[in-house]
This record gives sequence, C-alpha cells and structure tokens, in this order.
Amino acid sequence: MNIQNIISEIEKTDPEIYDRLDTRRTAMKSFAKVSGKIALAALPFALGSMFKKAYGSPTSPTDIVIDTLNFALTLEYLESNFYIQAVNSGMIPAGGALNALTVIRDHENEHVNFLKTAITAAGATPVSFTAANFDFTAGGTFPTVFSDYGTLLAVAQTFEDTGVRAYKGQAGNLMSNNDYLTAALQIHSVEARHAAHIREMRKAANLLVPAGVDVKPWITLNESGIGTPAVQASYDGEESVMQAGIAITQIGGTQITAAAASEAFDEPLTKEQITAIVTPFFA
Amino acid sequence: MLHNEIKEDQPNGSQEILTRPVSRRNFFGMAGLGAAVIVTAASCKKDDIINNSGVNLGSGDAGILNYAYALEQLEAAFYTQIIATPYANISALEMAYLKDIRDHEVAHREFFKAALASNAIQSLEVDFSSIDFTNRTSVLATAKAFEDLGVSAYNGAGKLISNPDYLTLAGKIVSVEARHAAWIRDIISMGSFADMSAVDGNGLDKARMPDDVLTIAGTYIKTKLNASNLPTN
Repeated sequence: MNIQNIISEIEKTDPEIYDRLDTRRTAMKSFAKVSGKIALAALPFALGSMFKKAYGSPTSPTDIVIDTLNFALTLEYLESNFYIQAVNSGMIPAGGALNALTVIRDHENEHVNFLKTAITAAGATPVSFTAANFDFTAGGTFPTVFSDYGTLLAVAQTFEDTGVRAYKGQAGNLMSNNDYLTAALQIHSVEARHAAHIREMRKAANLLVPAGVDVKPWITLNESGIGTPAVQASYDGEESVMQAGIAITQIGGTQITAAAASEAFDEPLTKEQITAIVTPFFA
Repeated sequence: MLHNEIKEDQPNGSQEILTRPVSRRNFFGMAGLGAAVIVTAASCKKDDIINNSGVNLGSGDAGILNYAYALEQLEAAFYTQIIATPYANISALEMAYLKDIRDHEVAHREFFKAALASNAIQSLEVDFSSIDFTNRTSVLATAKAFEDLGVSAYNGAGKLISNPDYLTLAGKIVSVEARHAAWIRDIISMGSFADMSAVDGNGLDKARMPDDVLTIAGTYIKTKLNASNLPTN
C-alpha cells in the first residue's frame, strides 16, 4: 500500500488533510519516524491512528458522514474490482456459480455508483480507484486468487463477511443523516446475503479447509473454514456470546449453545480494524 | 396506520409462544420511557385501528426494541413449530439449519426480553392457521416472507433509534436475518439469495417502517399491538 497515494487521494476529497495532519512535512516526517519503528504488519494501525488524529474531532458532523461514505465507497471499489476480475477469470463454473458471482458483481458496482452519487450530491468529492490500485494476491498471500477456484471463493467469503462487519461498525457515524444511515443499512444486509451465498457455494463445492470443518451461511464462533491465518482477523471476535452485558448461551433457561449464540449475532469491526484487513489488497 | 385483520378466535393454529424466566437485569435502564404494557379489554371491531388499542409497544428506543422483540417472538414461534412438526421429506441439512435458525431467533427473543426487563411487552399469541406445516412449500414461503420482512424491518427502524449502542445491536441481528433470508431463498430456488424481489437497482435491500411491517406481520400475530407511540423519524 502506498501511503502517499492514499493521502493524495484523500487530499482530493479533503484539501485540508495536511492541515489536519499538522503540516505535510511534519506529518510525513512523524509517520516515517513511527513506521521506522514498527513492524510492517502494524502499518495500517499507524496509518489508522494518524487519520484518527486528523479526523478524530471533526469540525462538523458532515465531515464524519462524508468520511464514512468515502470509506464505504473504498470498500465497494475493492469488492467491485475483485468480482469484475473473478467473473472474467474464465475459471468460474458456468451455471449457478457464474450467475451468482455476476449478480454479486453487479450489486457491488451498483453500490459504487450509488455511493458516488450520494457523496457528490452532498457537495463532496468521492474517492476514486481503478483496477491498478488493487492487488488481490494480497502481496503474494493468495497467488492463485484468479486461477484457483477455492482460493477465489475464500477471498470472496472474507470480503463479504468483512464488509458486513465494516458497515455494522460504521452505522453509528451516519446517525446524523437518516437517508445515508438507511441506505448504508440497506447495503449492509445485501452484503450479508452475498456472504451467506458464498459460504453455501464453498460448502457445496467441498472447498472448506481444514478437513472436517463446517461452514454454514452464518458464522459459527470465529471459524472461517479457510485454512490460512491471513484471514483470521476477519473472524476474530465473532465468537462473542455476550451482548450488551447479557450472556446469550442458555439465555432464559433455553438450550442455546455457545455456537448458536455466536451465530445469532454478527459482530462489528472498527475502521482501523477494517483498514488493517484490506490494506494488503491495495497495490 | 395499522389494520386489524387479526382474527380474534382461531380454533386451530394459534398457540402461546414459549416463555421462560429471564433475568430482570435492566441493562437498558429505560425506566420512564413509557413502555408500560397496556392490555385493553375492549373488543376490536372491524373498523378499529390497532394503533389505538392493544399491547402498547411504547415510545423512544424502548418502543423500537419492543417492536423488534415482537417480531422475534413471531419468528421464534414459527421455527419452533417447524421443528416440532417438520414438513414431509425434510432433508437432514434443512432440519439442521432450521434448528440453527430457530435457536438464533430464540436467542434474539430472549435477548430483547432480558434487555428490556420491566419494559418488555408480554408474550404474544401467534396465529399460524394460514400455514400448512406439513407442506415444504408453504413453510418455506412463509420463512422467506418472515426473513425478508425482518431484514426490511431492522433496516427501516435503524433511523428511529437514538442510542448508537442499540443501533449496533440491531445491526448485529439484521445481518444474521439476511443470512437466513439468503439461505431460505436458495433452498426454494438456488441463486435467488439476493434477486430482484429483494434487492433494487441500486443494490439496496428493502427498508420498511413499523406500520408497514406490522400490517404484514399482523396476519400471524393474534395479540393486538399498539404501535402509535413509536418514533416516526
């Protein structure tokens, strides 16, 4: 991920980014200083906290709304570009599988266009990404993403389940605008429908890893059914059986198991957590 | 405005929803939010408006949570009945997943009951007389309707919630309902998980306001509900 490019991109939307970051020079200097001391894997967190510092106390509610919509748009560009390449990969089985990924691709494109329109209508500038901005091998973690069907669906599942967690985590930032909040919720549940279907596809095609693991349309504990720790951050926390301080396991004298309790509630992730997860997919 | 198409006397098909003791922890601290249960004894004539009589869902966030509690009661009762009297030729996978969904809905119901504590509405009576539980098509068509309705209900209610913590809680539940909806749709017709009957040309799911939701759900809820004090924006 090219930090400079991201900041440049944000600068188009928010010309005052460098003011928010103090000054361009001190911002980059302090970032370089910090990044020199931390592991590469922690870079997104450093970036996230730098942005948090910049945007942490928005001068008006609109700032946070636009920022949130642009964050959503960034994720939709990621998904949209992924499915465009997936559908064009020539390796998706014709019929139900190809039809499903085409439906999902179209939805993600629609989300991109919808959010672009919404941000523009609000008088702000939408972020913009092209295929060249993405690396769906995630820096070599998924080298066969568009040549191995199992890997492709594993990445798709991770994107969808992560997308659900991202929208869930951002809903509160849109509360000042009912229209944007409702639209974000309407996208959120579509991403969950996608996630459920991709999970069904992986199970039906016997693509679950490791052997013996099950994956249902809903998320059981923090299991992904994907045999690489690279995706685990997208599932950690989903095993929660406490909601608002109330234990769901055997609640009210029922037989609700920990597995069912975890499945019954999907969990949000913060912007920083989401940024850390998707950063490897940006070129 | 709500209709009052709920039938008063169904000799068959209506039943008490299972209720169980819950902790009285008043997590939400909603005292004074006006969710007191008001059960009217007044008879419900054809031209009565359900808004003005029946179990009062309350106002503010407590009202919205009671609204969600009512819907979860309906869903939990429905799946409990499916598992008690499975339809003919149910597959092992369908049985397993429908049990999962029942457990999720029961968990949602019990969560709202515990969270609302003394502000919780009573257990509702349901009316499933229009559903043939022996018939897969009838059961799954109803399940699809309930899940899609639930998704649209939570999507529409989001903006009515004041407390961001409750908004997040609603969000935690609605995506699970959407997962249910996708799977139910797929076992009815593979690939229909997010078809054009569910998702519009902008890639958006449906969002319905409480009055619309309760009008649809009213067919299956025998207990009259008063939604007139719910927030409207």
